[in-house]
Parts: sequence; C-alpha cells; structure tokens
Amino acid sequence: MTTAPQTTRAIVTGAARERPGHAGGKRGEQLVSWAFLAPFLIAFALFLVWPILHGIYLSFTDQSLTGAGGDIIGFANYAEALSDPTTWRSMGNTLLFTVLSTIPLVVLALIMAVLVDRGIPGQWLWRLSFFMPFLLASTVISQIWVWIFNPQIGAANNLLEAVGLQPIAWLQNPDTNLIAIVIATVWWTVGFNFLLYLAALQNIPAQQYEAASLDGAGPWRQLWSITIPQLGPATVLIVMLQILASLKLFDQAYQMLGGVASDTTRSIVQYMYEAGFVGYRFGYSAAISYVFFALIVVIGIAQALVVGRRKEQ
Amino acid sequence: MTTLTETIVAPTGADAHERKPGSKPFSPLRVVAFIVLLLMAIGWLLPFLWAVATAFKTENDAASGDPSWIGPSGPTTEAFTAILSQGNVWIWAFNSLWTSVAVTLITLAISALAAYAFSRMDFRGRRWLYVVVIAGIVVPPQALIIPLFYEMLAFHLVDTHWGLILPQVVAPAMVFILKQFFDAVPIELEEAARVDGASRFRVFWSIVLPLSRPILASVAIFVFIGAWNNFLWPFLVINDTTLMTLPVGLQTVISAYGVQYAQIMAQAVLAALPLIIVFLIFQKQIVKGVATTGFGGQ
Repeated sequence: MTTAPQTTRAIVTGAARERPGHAGGKRGEQLVSWAFLAPFLIAFALFLVWPILHGIYLSFTDQSLTGAGGDIIGFANYAEALSDPTTWRSMGNTLLFTVLSTIPLVVLALIMAVLVDRGIPGQWLWRLSFFMPFLLASTVISQIWVWIFNPQIGAANNLLEAVGLQPIAWLQNPDTNLIAIVIATVWWTVGFNFLLYLAALQNIPAQQYEAASLDGAGPWRQLWSITIPQLGPATVLIVMLQILASLKLFDQAYQMLGGVASDTTRSIVQYMYEAGFVGYRFGYSAAISYVFFALIVVIGIAQALVVGRRKEQ
Repeated sequence: MTTLTETIVAPTGADAHERKPGSKPFSPLRVVAFIVLLLMAIGWLLPFLWAVATAFKTENDAASGDPSWIGPSGPTTEAFTAILSQGNVWIWAFNSLWTSVAVTLITLAISALAAYAFSRMDFRGRRWLYVVVIAGIVVPPQALIIPLFYEMLAFHLVDTHWGLILPQVVAPAMVFILKQFFDAVPIELEEAARVDGASRFRVFWSIVLPLSRPILASVAIFVFIGAWNNFLWPFLVINDTTLMTLPVGLQTVISAYGVQYAQIMAQAVLAALPLIIVFLIFQKQIVKGVATTGFGGQ
C-alpha cells in the first residue's frame, strides 16, 4: 500500500502505467465507465425514457387496447380530456384528497415525532405502532378499513354510537367516502413522515437546548423557538414529498370502493386506468396521463418557487 | 432536493434518542406527553389488532356486528385453515417473494454500478447524463402505465414475471442515494488497490461494496417493501391467476369470498405478517433508511 499523495499522482498521471490488460489509457477508462453504466442506462432508456416518448406519441393517436386505430388525430385527445367533466372531476378529487391528507399527515407526524423525541420510554413500541401500517400492502389496509367502515358491523360506527352519534354509511355515502379514504391513508402512511421528522429532530444540537434551558426557557418556549424553526428544512421536504405522494392516489381509493367508480373518489390515476384498461382507449388514456404529468410539474414548480422565495427572505 | 435531503440526514444510529436536556425525568409535561403518546399508539394499533381479532372469529361471529374482541363462539383458527388450504395463497406468496427479491437484487446491482460510475469515473457527458437520470425521480410511474403496457405487449412479456419485474428495476432515486454515499467514501483505499493493479470492477466489488453494506441494506429493504406491496403494475400486467402476487391475488378473491369477513381478515393478517417480521428484525436499518434516503413507496 502506498501513501495517499503518491497514489493520487499515480491515478492522475499514470493510467497507462497500469499492467497491460487493464484499462489502458483514456479510451479504456471511458469503456469501463460505460460498462458500469450500461445495465442501468439500458433499463432507464427502455422502461422510463422510451415510455415517456412513446406515451407522447400515443396521446396524439386513437390507439385502442385491442390494437385497432392508431391513426394520428392531432390534439383531439387533449381537447377531449380538457372538455371532459370527468377529467376535471377526478383532478378536483385528487387535489381535494391531497389537501385533506397532507395537512394531518404532516401535523400528526410532527406531533408524534416531537413527543417521542422528548425521551419518553418505549421507543420501539412507538416506532412499531406508528410505522407498522406503512408496511402493509394497499390491499391489506383496504380490507381492514372496508371492515371498519362497514355501516352495519364496522368499528367506526360502533365508536360513533358509543359517543351518541348517528351511524354513517361511510364508503357508500358520496359525502363521506373521500373522508373515509383520507382517514385510512393517514393511518397507513403517517409513520413514514414520523420517521423523517424523528431523524431531523436528532440533528438539532443538544447544546441549543442546554443554552436555552440556562437562559430560563421552558419546554414550550424551547419547542417554539428551537425545535419548530430548526425543523423548517425537514418540513419543506416532508410537505413536498407528501404532496407528490398524495397526487398519485389510486390503490386504496380503488380498492376500498371495491373497484367501483365513484364520482367523489375517482382520482386522476384511476381515470387514466379506466380510460385505458376499461374503455380500451390507450390514446385517450395517454393524453390524460400527460395532463396528470403537467399537474405534477406545475405543482412541483410552484413548490420550488415558494421554497426559493422563502430562502431569499 | 439534494440539500434538503442532506440537511435532515441523521448522523448516527436511530437509537440515539437521548433525553433532551431541560426535560426533567418526572416533569408533569412528560407524564402528559406519555399519556398522549400512549393514546395515539393505541389508536394506531387498534385497526390492525381489530383485524387480527376478527381473523380469529367464526364467520357468524364476525358478521354479527358484535363489537367484542372475542366472539361468543370463542377464538378459532378456522379462517386461517380455510385460507391456507384452498386457493392459490401459497403460490401467490411464492410469486411475491421471488419477484420482489429479483426486483431488489437487479435494482441494487444496476443502480450501484451506475452510481459508482457517476461518483468516481471520468467519462464524457457525465454531468448532463446524471442530470437526466436524476430528473427521472420526478416522473410518476403511474403516468407511464399505458406506454409501458404497450411495450410489454410488443416484447411478449404481458402475463410473465419478467414483465412484472423489469419495469420496476429503474430507480433513479436509488442511484442518487448511492452516489451520495459513494461520494462520501474516502478514495485512498481504492487508489491504493488500483496502483496494485486491481481492475475497476475488482475495486468496486472487493472494497466499495463491503464498505457500503449499511446503505445497501437500507436501499434493499425499501426496494423490497415497495416491490412486495406494489399493486397497480402487477394488477395490470398479470392476468394468469397462478402468476399473481399476493396483493393482486387477494384483491381478486375478495368478491369471490363475499361477506366472509373472518377469512378476508385472515388473508390480510397473513399478507402483512412477512413484512412485520422483516420490520421487527431490521428495525434499525429501516429507521435509518428512512432517515438517510427520505424516499419510500406509496
């Protein structure tokens, strides 16, 4: 083993001095690099880049799942998608779900993490309780919550009756079914944000609390003046990741309603699925997916602008 | 995204939950915090425990709406035996296991090789190529289902496990995470080995990978959980009942079982069990994985 400065020089100047048969010279190094990259890049091109490009092409055709059609029809799919009330309805549902789920998913995660971080005994129990649902497949959480929300025998109505309220047909009632999906989703996924907040809390230097404590700041004061401000970057990240995740609503909404389309819970991804795999209209479905893509990009840019502006201040 | 992820990365293990100074062991506030936490934990565990309890009821008790934890007929494993003795549950579990392991291994292999090239090698177009790969993080896989399905039709991979596996192995986020890690590994060891005549691949295989075990474990666990729980793509690409994964298979039989709640809950519990065991074993790595990566499924 040689010392660091020598080896650095050897690497910088002497690739050609290596034994024959190994990467000899610049060209060899280039080849080795591409050999390392090739498996990923091939998969990336085949299963990400190509579908994006082909999807754009499909969205301008009347391609059907059955193989019929395929003629280029210009912007007709986009014009139809934008004048289709179901597109707007499902986009509205998706946005409403995103707002309704993001707020509790961030606030509850913060509360859980702050409480757990205050050194309360039983760490593994809190972590297990809050994070365990995140491990469950959407099929499993859907089955559990369909059972809980069952109007006749479900626990949710048992609870309502116990506190003297009227039972609700949670998933059957168009006024409450999106709320029921939000409740199930919060239960399901809050643990991930909780762990992110917990990690962020561990990064706050203990000295700050010690100093504040010496200055006579109580626990509340410390929470508002140290913990919450220090969690700023984490909160920005968690909110951004959560919005992106919530916009992709499909699995639990589709399954909790037993695969039945409901005007109040149909998400944009579900409409994409229905247009392509139920209505057999691949071209139209592809157009909807680009409307969805555009929505994600617009929200992503809006978030970046908000974060950028806040940093400037 | 880079800076944001970095800023919340925990420097040490997940168990570094020392008591914050300033909160006395028995202050009233801590007692209140404990009670609030306990109530929340109970609230979070209840739905799952409720499902477990229902799985141990007879079908009549489960359907009676009796809110007690143990039905009038007492606990029984009828629902579990019914599920395990009929249908394709074991086949689906095997399909889930092998396809998830395949997705995890392939994702790890190709992402680690690419991340190492981006981190350590000098080749033409490195910068812009990395930007293109990282941009892939924002692409929602759901938006690609139509062209991907079309592609699988062209490759004759619809209704095959490879059609299920291959589109899931592209994970730009994992390349990003692994590159961040490789960037932080001191380069001296590798250079020494290079001077001694080791090839690039040999250095990668015998020096870099062993050093990267913790991050590889975190990434592997996340990819595995994501693949195990994935619903939409397996649901679209697999129609053959014997090729289905657990989540898709269970979804298809729910209607067939009608109102047999105990059996449905038993299925749910059985499907959840493997991942809960994985979590109990790898708790530390999973917590650390969330902390260092910030990326997960759902």
